[in-house]
Amino acid sequence: MSTMTVDKAGPTRTVKYGSMSRDRAWALRWSYFFLTLFAIFSLVPPLYMLITSLKGSAEISAATNPWWVFHPTLENYAGLLTSNQFLRFFFNSAMVSIIVVIITMLISIPAAFALSRMKFWGSATLATGVFLTYLIPDSLLFIPLFKMFALIGDVTGIQLINRWYVLLFIYPTLTVPFCTWIMIGYFASIPKELDEAAIIDGASWLQTLTRIFIPVALPGLIAATIFAFTVSWAQFLYPLVFTTSADQLVLPVGIVTTLIKGDVFNWGQIMTGALLGAAPPLIIYAFLMDYYIAGLTAGATKG
Amino acid sequence: MAEVSLRKVVKRYDDVEAVRGIDLDIADHEFVVLVGPSGCGKSTTLRMIAGLEDISDGDITIGGDVVNDVPPKDRDIAMVFQNYALYPHMTVAENMSFGLRLKHYPKAEIKSRVAEAARMLDIADLVDRKPKQLSGGQRQRVAMGRAIVRNPKVFLFDEPLSNLDAKLRVQMRIEIKKVHQKVRTTTVYVTHDQVEAMTLADRVVVMNKGRIEQIGTPNELYHHPATRFVAGFIGSPAMNFLPCRLEETDGRLHVRLTDRIAFPLPPLRAARYQSVSRNDRLLLGIRPEHITETKPHAEPGVEPFEAMLDVTEPMGMETLVYFGLNEAPVCGRVSPNAGARDGSPLRMAMDLNNMHLLNEATGLVI
Repeated sequence: MSTMTVDKAGPTRTVKYGSMSRDRAWALRWSYFFLTLFAIFSLVPPLYMLITSLKGSAEISAATNPWWVFHPTLENYAGLLTSNQFLRFFFNSAMVSIIVVIITMLISIPAAFALSRMKFWGSATLATGVFLTYLIPDSLLFIPLFKMFALIGDVTGIQLINRWYVLLFIYPTLTVPFCTWIMIGYFASIPKELDEAAIIDGASWLQTLTRIFIPVALPGLIAATIFAFTVSWAQFLYPLVFTTSADQLVLPVGIVTTLIKGDVFNWGQIMTGALLGAAPPLIIYAFLMDYYIAGLTAGATKG
Repeated sequence: MAEVSLRKVVKRYDDVEAVRGIDLDIADHEFVVLVGPSGCGKSTTLRMIAGLEDISDGDITIGGDVVNDVPPKDRDIAMVFQNYALYPHMTVAENMSFGLRLKHYPKAEIKSRVAEAARMLDIADLVDRKPKQLSGGQRQRVAMGRAIVRNPKVFLFDEPLSNLDAKLRVQMRIEIKKVHQKVRTTTVYVTHDQVEAMTLADRVVVMNKGRIEQIGTPNELYHHPATRFVAGFIGSPAMNFLPCRLEETDGRLHVRLTDRIAFPLPPLRAARYQSVSRNDRLLLGIRPEHITETKPHAEPGVEPFEAMLDVTEPMGMETLVYFGLNEAPVCGRVSPNAGARDGSPLRMAMDLNNMHLLNEATGLVI
């Protein structure tokens, strides 16, 4: 229909062209409308946190406009950043997250490579199985895990419960399956000829992995790293269950357990702590986003 | 440098036999092309030589050693893939030197080998680029360079030109031939393009349905095909196959095409076909260039007949004419000045000195 009008007459063509761009303009208007709506929806809570974090306790409890700071103060920030306890939470969180990311990568990368490339008996089933384990909710898993670590403590005398490093064993149950799954997908998108070329060039499986697959699938690895870090950093239920002493707590649990005393909510410091806690993942996102977007596989094959 | 031989090589995938017992001897320095339609087992055969596929049965030897269980990296082969398979994160030089670096060659030697190969392939000024900055033809050169620097016993090419446009393909074909003339490495080359096979090969191996139909030089295959498949596959436009019978008239052997058309066979042909049963259903195989317009002087074995042309295709130096003989479609090649026009009659001549006679049931050339 449209080709007919285009073929037949010039004037019709212009009208058609104009309506095309009008459609496009409307589509843009709608997308801006919804994007703005979505931005407001997701940015208001952090804004409210920022506003509250700049208020003193008196101003928070006073019945003034909650969206405006009349007497800005940095006392909440100063209070937290000089508190050894808060810094300890921060340190614990950082240690747990960084080590978990390393453990996850050390397991997931070879696992994903093996499952996507070294076709062995049952590899497809195993790949699906890996993903299925991720679907078990942590709220269900923490009870048997707790019993397990308690039992290990009873039998061997190695006390893991209420130590921050117990989390190094637990978080990978969440991160490894998902990261393996992501990377199976990335590795599968690498053309088969690339590893065949490497094999013929004389590379071993390990060399193929380290010298071809890891550099080529870097965007995928970074996506998986971001995921593993975020999950570890934001985990709440497991550390709440497994750690109780103040010096073993990670940030999310620490903020909640130490800044809420009975029914007294120290809102200023809670908001400040939450904002400071959200900073590291944000910085990492901003830093790695370029790599994340870069398409490194371009040019490998005909495409 | 080495010879390659395949002895009763079989490849089975579950119940399907992709390659059904292949025997092939490739001499040192030889350029052998495996050609056939898709699914004929040519790529599988190449991949078995490379070691990328296991052999279900039989033996493959490279340089006299059985390599059935030798991993690809120890077979001393290099392979060029259809989609180039360049490492996208490495520069051209790094791509070419990857194999040498893995084998811990001295830096100076790597450098000189890469420079030499790059010069030979005319990509010397591209060595610092990444694959994505190269055109298709340049990428294919890099892929060849990667094979050349290794100086392997055998080159394996898996449809290397299929991704290039027609013009570039012709150019790269010549390039590959030049490279082979310089390095003289034993080469096995897979393609589905019979023109590529004919132009590149010392010997062509025509494969069909997992078996070898015929092995021979390009000229042997063209002029003396062994089967209907080879006769029809090699040559463009393809050979004509006309249903026919042999009959004896006035003491001479004739080939009868239609109720009205029967040609006496030239003496040499008549002697060869004397023993063929007169009742067999036969096919007269004749190439388009042997069906032409009539010449002013009659030649022995060239028999005139009347044809009603359906379609003519002027190609410039010649005109292809299409017509039917007793339902069978026929293609002939005539001079542009022969006066061939769509839908008009033309007096044609068939050169029976170059005919082939095939048994319709067995598909074999008699």
